[in-house]
Amino acid sequence: MSLGGNETRGAIVLGFIAARLVKAVFILLAILVLNFVLIHAAPGDPAAVMAGEAGAADEKFLQDLRERFGLDQPFAVQLWTYMKGALQLDLGYSYRQQMPVAELIWDRLPATLLLTSTAFVISIVFGVLAGVLAAQAQGTWWDTLISSLALLFYATPLFWVALMASLLFSVVLGWLPGFGYQTIGANYTGIERMLDIGKHLILPATTLGLFFTAIYMRMTRASMLEVSRLDFVKTARAKGLRNSVIQRRHVLRNALLPVITLAGLQAGQIVGGAVLTETVFAWPGIGRLMFEAISQRDYNVILGVFFISAAMVLLFNLITDILYGIVDPRIRLTK
Amino acid sequence: MKTLKFLTTAAALALATSLSAEEPVSGGTLNAVIQPEPPGLMLGLVQNGPTQMVAGQIYESLLRYDKDLNPMPSLAKEWTKSEDGLTYTFTLQDDVVWHDGEPFSSADVVFSVDTFLRETHARLRASLVHVESIEAPDDKTVVFTLKQPFGPFLGIFEAGTMPMIPKHIYEGTDYANNPANNTPIGTGPFKFNEWERGSYIHLVKNEDYYMDGKPYLDEIYYQVIPDAASRAVAFETGKVDLLPGGSVENFDIPRLTAMDNVCYTNDGWEFFGPHSWMWLNLHEGPMTDKNLRKAVMHSLNREFARDALWNGNGTVAKGPVSSVTRFHEPNTPDISYNPEKAKEYLAASGYDGETIRILPLPYGETWQRWAEATKQNLADVGIESEIVATDVAGWNQKVGDWDFDLAFTYLYQYGDPALGVARTYISSNIAKGSPWNNVSGYVNEEVDKLFAEAAVQADDAKRQELYTEVQNIVVDDVPVAWMLELQFPTIYRCDLKNPVSTAIGVNDGMRDAWLARE
Repeated sequence: MSLGGNETRGAIVLGFIAARLVKAVFILLAILVLNFVLIHAAPGDPAAVMAGEAGAADEKFLQDLRERFGLDQPFAVQLWTYMKGALQLDLGYSYRQQMPVAELIWDRLPATLLLTSTAFVISIVFGVLAGVLAAQAQGTWWDTLISSLALLFYATPLFWVALMASLLFSVVLGWLPGFGYQTIGANYTGIERMLDIGKHLILPATTLGLFFTAIYMRMTRASMLEVSRLDFVKTARAKGLRNSVIQRRHVLRNALLPVITLAGLQAGQIVGGAVLTETVFAWPGIGRLMFEAISQRDYNVILGVFFISAAMVLLFNLITDILYGIVDPRIRLTK
Repeated sequence: MKTLKFLTTAAALALATSLSAEEPVSGGTLNAVIQPEPPGLMLGLVQNGPTQMVAGQIYESLLRYDKDLNPMPSLAKEWTKSEDGLTYTFTLQDDVVWHDGEPFSSADVVFSVDTFLRETHARLRASLVHVESIEAPDDKTVVFTLKQPFGPFLGIFEAGTMPMIPKHIYEGTDYANNPANNTPIGTGPFKFNEWERGSYIHLVKNEDYYMDGKPYLDEIYYQVIPDAASRAVAFETGKVDLLPGGSVENFDIPRLTAMDNVCYTNDGWEFFGPHSWMWLNLHEGPMTDKNLRKAVMHSLNREFARDALWNGNGTVAKGPVSSVTRFHEPNTPDISYNPEKAKEYLAASGYDGETIRILPLPYGETWQRWAEATKQNLADVGIESEIVATDVAGWNQKVGDWDFDLAFTYLYQYGDPALGVARTYISSNIAKGSPWNNVSGYVNEEVDKLFAEAAVQADDAKRQELYTEVQNIVVDDVPVAWMLELQFPTIYRCDLKNPVSTAIGVNDGMRDAWLARE
């Protein structure tokens, strides 16, 4: 669709966003219902898990717990109660942690955002740079080294990298703290606190970022090589443009589209956290909250985290679509 | 090598003992591991392991128990038992105050036991059926009158079983939703200060504790570290000083205990007496055949499991009552590892080669390996089996629904067969839907009668006689396959003194623990 003035373009962008948001609401509701059904289909319920942890339970104990949590109600009633709450943005109460789910998620959100967004930045910056470098040095030992490293990071299980990194940098070398979010009991404030958290962040963020760094690198490299063979690049060379200008303005810009798609996907997971990394490094984030909630069948917490994650994925998909238009003027938004 | 290790350990223990004799000094911060993160710290409402470990510092009960399970003073300084075994009179300590400054009195005891815990505490409720009345004739005296003698009565006054709850905060409120649950108030040596969920729980010294000069430690941080390998790293790097039993995988224990300035002890589990076995499904299926059950029992190489999987920790179980629990009978019928005997019983059974389903306990690597070793043991004598994978919630459901042939479990014995053993074998405790009752579905009227009779005897000699008889019958019937009396070593820096001083170990208020550090 060709566009007229700025006003028309602005209207189309707004219309596009509005239409996508309406769709998103329905998708979110469908996701909620599906998650609810799936989680309740898993064997065991929170009352049984909690009774098990207590090491003893009689009928009254289990019955009291189920009544308190509304688990004695028919499935349809439980679903209706939950959906009614969710529509009013009330994510319910955690059976096990005895706190409102929203409060739990809110408490854990800063740690997760810090970890995942740092990993996001690390992976984009290093991944794209390494990809560009490898593409420009195609066939040289630089290319081989970068590609091999990318393959290694891509193929190695994250939990293993995490454990080895912790062993090497924390136990053997003693350079970095191997777990946690801050030095417990140090009560740092201001800059000291920021530095302390930063020190704790290095290992988990790098570990988490490695996998995506590898993907960005491979994708940037492949994409750049593909674009640099296209006719318009030949034309640019024929025009006598300098190589750096061609690479930056023509090749890289066109090669970035798949990278943006991937970044959108990764960004969508920012709030969902990183279950393995957060567990190994005892990072008090949402991924760990979800992992523990699943093993304890803490239904409302699982649903709450899924809800927020799904909303984020939808949001970042929308942002990705808008970014496409900015990076590549040939792509236009339609309703 | 083994001798050397023994000598080293003996030397370390001797050193630890001599250091314990030093004069305690006040001060210092103890960093301990807690896992999983407790759901709450109000011990009257939640009694799982991690809650008790932290809340055991905050709340107290009337008694504590030494390693031989003899009662010692706690909030009660003395107690008497009437000759007929029906009346127990407790005299409370002087000058005890709650963490908010209110005085602790006998009215709190009556409220805690008769009102609060009777409503909320499933395990205590089962014992309270023997109690006729609880009265407070004056501020410092509490009188329990029983309906009939109850042998283990003096064994139910430990903090996890009967924590004292402040009446002035909870009376007339909705207990489960009382806002005070988030800032627990007890009488214990440490006070709650802060809980950063997912990270740590911070307790500080109770300056008004009724014992002068105690506790010695200034503060305790319980650090939440969800991964077992990371907990080991935390200890190795000196970030934590105390790994409560079960904090790390068994294969990490030799490495950690070989470090400098590291001590460990198997003490502190005597009250719990963790006893492991496999439920055998007597409701239906192949395990209803007693010969097959005996074949399974004799096929199990439990010495191998202890040495290879549990790192040498634990004792091969001889029957339903652990050797650390009162009234244990050591001379029960033979259930030792004997593949030849197992094959004989198998030949005599009606086993037709069907595959037996083994349900491991989903509590980490050791339990998974144990199921694999069991599968191998069964195969060696000609029994086919498969391992069914579950998570904790799935395990609860499958066991509660009797959906297994063999299912691993372990339960605490709480010092006395009437408190922690009978529940597994009496027929009145068979009910679908719960994995903590008589799950096997074992029915033997004689056993029911003997357990019931032994519980209400006042005389220990008579109780021993009855429990010996019941242990012999149960072992011969093999309603479950007993595995090991488990041991979970507590690992700590040697300059942390007395972390374990009672039969519930680090779950009890660490009022005697101190740090010998500059």
